[in-house]
Amino acid sequence: MAHKGKLSRRKFLIRTGLGTAGVLALGTYLARNPIRRSVLQTLSTMDLTYVGDTDDPLIWFELTADNHVLLLSPKVEMGQGIFTGMAQLAAEELEIPLERLRVVHAATATGNIDGLSTGGSTSIAGLWEPLRELAATFREMLRTEAARKLGAPLSGVQLKNGVFQYGDSQLTFADTAAGVTDWNLPETPALKAADAFRHIGKPVARVDLAPKVYGDPIFGLDAEMPGMLYGAVLRPTHIGARLLKADTQKAAGMPGVVQVVEAEDFVGVVARSYAQAERAKAQIEAEWEAPVHLQQADIEARMTVGNGKHTIIQKEGGPMEGPEGETLEFRTPIGAHAQLEPNGALAHVEEGRATVVISTQVVGLTRKEVAERLGMNPEQVNIIPAYLGGGFGRRLHTPHAVPAAVMSKAVGRPVKYIFSRQEEFQHDMFRPPTHHRMKGRLGADGRLEHLEHHFVSGDVGNNSALMIPGVPTILGADIGAVRGGLLQYTGVPNLRAVYYHVDLPFATSWWRSLGLLANTFAIESFVDHMAAKAGQDALTFRLQHIPQDDALGARLRAVLERAAKASAYTETVRAGRAMGLAASVDAGTPCAQVVELSLEEGKIRIHKVTCVLDPGLAVNPDQVRAQCEGSIHMGLSAALYEEMQVVDGALTPVIYGPYRMLLMKDAPREIEVILLQGKETPGPVGEPPLGPIGAAVANALFRLTGKRPVRMPLAKSI
Amino acid sequence: MPVKVTLTVNKTVHHLELEDPEMPLLWAIRDLLGLKATKFGCGKAACGACTLLVDGVPVRSCSYPARLGKGKTITTLEGLGTQAEPHPVQQAWIEEIVPQCGYCQPGFMMAAAALLKRVSNPTDDDIDQNILNVCRCGTHTRIRKAIHKAATLAQTGQAQPNTPEDGA
Ligand code: FES
Ligand code: FES
Repeated sequence: MAHKGKLSRRKFLIRTGLGTAGVLALGTYLARNPIRRSVLQTLSTMDLTYVGDTDDPLIWFELTADNHVLLLSPKVEMGQGIFTGMAQLAAEELEIPLERLRVVHAATATGNIDGLSTGGSTSIAGLWEPLRELAATFREMLRTEAARKLGAPLSGVQLKNGVFQYGDSQLTFADTAAGVTDWNLPETPALKAADAFRHIGKPVARVDLAPKVYGDPIFGLDAEMPGMLYGAVLRPTHIGARLLKADTQKAAGMPGVVQVVEAEDFVGVVARSYAQAERAKAQIEAEWEAPVHLQQADIEARMTVGNGKHTIIQKEGGPMEGPEGETLEFRTPIGAHAQLEPNGALAHVEEGRATVVISTQVVGLTRKEVAERLGMNPEQVNIIPAYLGGGFGRRLHTPHAVPAAVMSKAVGRPVKYIFSRQEEFQHDMFRPPTHHRMKGRLGADGRLEHLEHHFVSGDVGNNSALMIPGVPTILGADIGAVRGGLLQYTGVPNLRAVYYHVDLPFATSWWRSLGLLANTFAIESFVDHMAAKAGQDALTFRLQHIPQDDALGARLRAVLERAAKASAYTETVRAGRAMGLAASVDAGTPCAQVVELSLEEGKIRIHKVTCVLDPGLAVNPDQVRAQCEGSIHMGLSAALYEEMQVVDGALTPVIYGPYRMLLMKDAPREIEVILLQGKETPGPVGEPPLGPIGAAVANALFRLTGKRPVRMPLAKSI
Repeated sequence: MPVKVTLTVNKTVHHLELEDPEMPLLWAIRDLLGLKATKFGCGKAACGACTLLVDGVPVRSCSYPARLGKGKTITTLEGLGTQAEPHPVQQAWIEEIVPQCGYCQPGFMMAAAALLKRVSNPTDDDIDQNILNVCRCGTHTRIRKAIHKAATLAQTGQAQPNTPEDGA
């Protein structure tokens, strides 16, 4: 039973910066060129404001008759644990037991729509205040009604465990709300002080644990509708391929086929089962025109520092000139998202309305795209987000909702459209390949006098459907590609970070942590190299170049020192085991990692990873740990093994296995996560621990073999 | 030509008529029986998301024709245990808070249950050699801990194994 009443739409929660995405806040900064402020300041001032409606508790909360509170989340759960974090934030102010709060995805029809996306590790940090304020306001709205119903003075109504009490009388939330049509909005109540927290900061179990362990049908691809059919869409296997002609006669006659759908921009088949749709699709006789000559070497030649337009994104002192000094070059490959649940959508288009169930990180954008294609108003389209079987940025654009809707409209029945795994690999929006030229020179005192990072990357944010047109041109730099590309060693008098933009013939975009993994690999490998040149250990050398007198610098020093101590970091190879250290700061969250590894029968064996992260306040320490572990595994997988290549004009491989990923046998036997709290509020968590891992492995390999790996995937360097 | 097949899934006998004689067991289970725990990840036996047990042996059901399930005993995650009566593997998964996105987890749990059936106290090497599923979220270290814990739970009888039958 849901209650929804009239609400006086007085704007009572004034948020600064509402309407500008975090994206833009950083953008404004980068546009100020030349840049005077340090990288650490930049990252620490990143705006993480939640973009959406934070005025109306009644679109965020519903009550059930059995006295549960439903939290309608405009953010999606893709494994990152935000439903749990959001439940903790809301329950804290609602004064209810955690098990009485249920978080569900808000369908767009509820009106609670995220104005941007779920991504960038911003959800909990961005909702930290707004969600608690909404919950506190909702609580006081209820208390006001409870006082009226109980005939009590407001101050006399106590709230315990989700039940209002006045003398001997009691009222549940549901009873309180029953029949109320006109809510009075109180002033925004003061929020609880940190020392009174009962839920926040506790390592409570994930709220979605049971459904995920007992196999409930919660994912996008699990959705069903009566009379549902399966759709498949013809897609090219080659980059830049153009469809010249498609003969669908044979496909139309295949068993189970209901209809062949020839739309203005795609050819699809609708059949009674998934396998039948796929088999029929394979029978479409298509003629393509494609540049089949394109090879990996062409891509790398293009992706080389010096090509394309460049933008100086960090500039202190002068440039490094003359022959002295060190230069090293690094490369990272094209990376696939490879999330386990393929993309797909279940759409049902009816007269005057459409419903789409989908795993997406961009609920609002998907609604807009479907509505535009169907010629409907956005309000006629209801997007029902489901749990995502992995996101990692892959679902920051889900335009495949459109063909699902078009096919549904054509056959007049619900249609579920699922990417094949081959399509998932070939039509990914990849992590772009990168090339880096690091330069540095030591002064007479053995400290860095110059440090420079010149790098080229394919697009990350520039061609994203989320990007506001014109912004890339204003910025000159891709806001995703530069993540982690600025040098955190601001104690070095002469610093340069220069970004080069080169276009690629295939789509690249957001991949968990964006440029951070590649950029940190280059920077932290090179700093390690310079430490060795200076005859210093990797920790001392780093600390020498990080200022103590700014807040973020102090936090970065702290994670580095703690990681070295906790891992008993040493540069001596013992019993065939070597250690590597690296650190990064991402969006204001510092992280340091130490990897301990050896070679067993010529293969890299990771024994232990020590990870020290300072996310500020950890709303749920266990889930922050889980995000560290996840980032470490995903980062190790990418750094050690993963690689897409362009062969004869096609992206390959197209299946797990040949696209080698970290398996149980490769995973570290031990991961130790230590959380520091260097600030009072929560900061980003889901991506920052992906920064150091590649460099930490490379640095350990250097200790072990004396050879510095300069190319990912690192397993190939052995 | 449609084929008739009788499948025993989670102790229930189902008489199915397969319009498509090549329909993979995965889709018969998901679409005809409505059991959604078994996941589609790749359709090519390469990820393990669709792992279930056929006569107690782990099988990648995306690449196993449903008609071959005739006369065999099939167990999916729904049949492994329930919230009221969890299998030791599920109990351990809960205690170690293993899942992130959760999409790969049914496959991992089925592979783990099969391993524990053969090797009651698996070593790390046993795990490495037998659990070959893919997890993108990176839950590997928790999966390893949970498998060891499940072995202990099963031995101490703290969670009653609703042991998948092997049809023997
Ligand atoms: S779906 Fe069967 S192994 Fe991937
Ligand atoms: S938990 Fe997401 S893929 Fe394993």
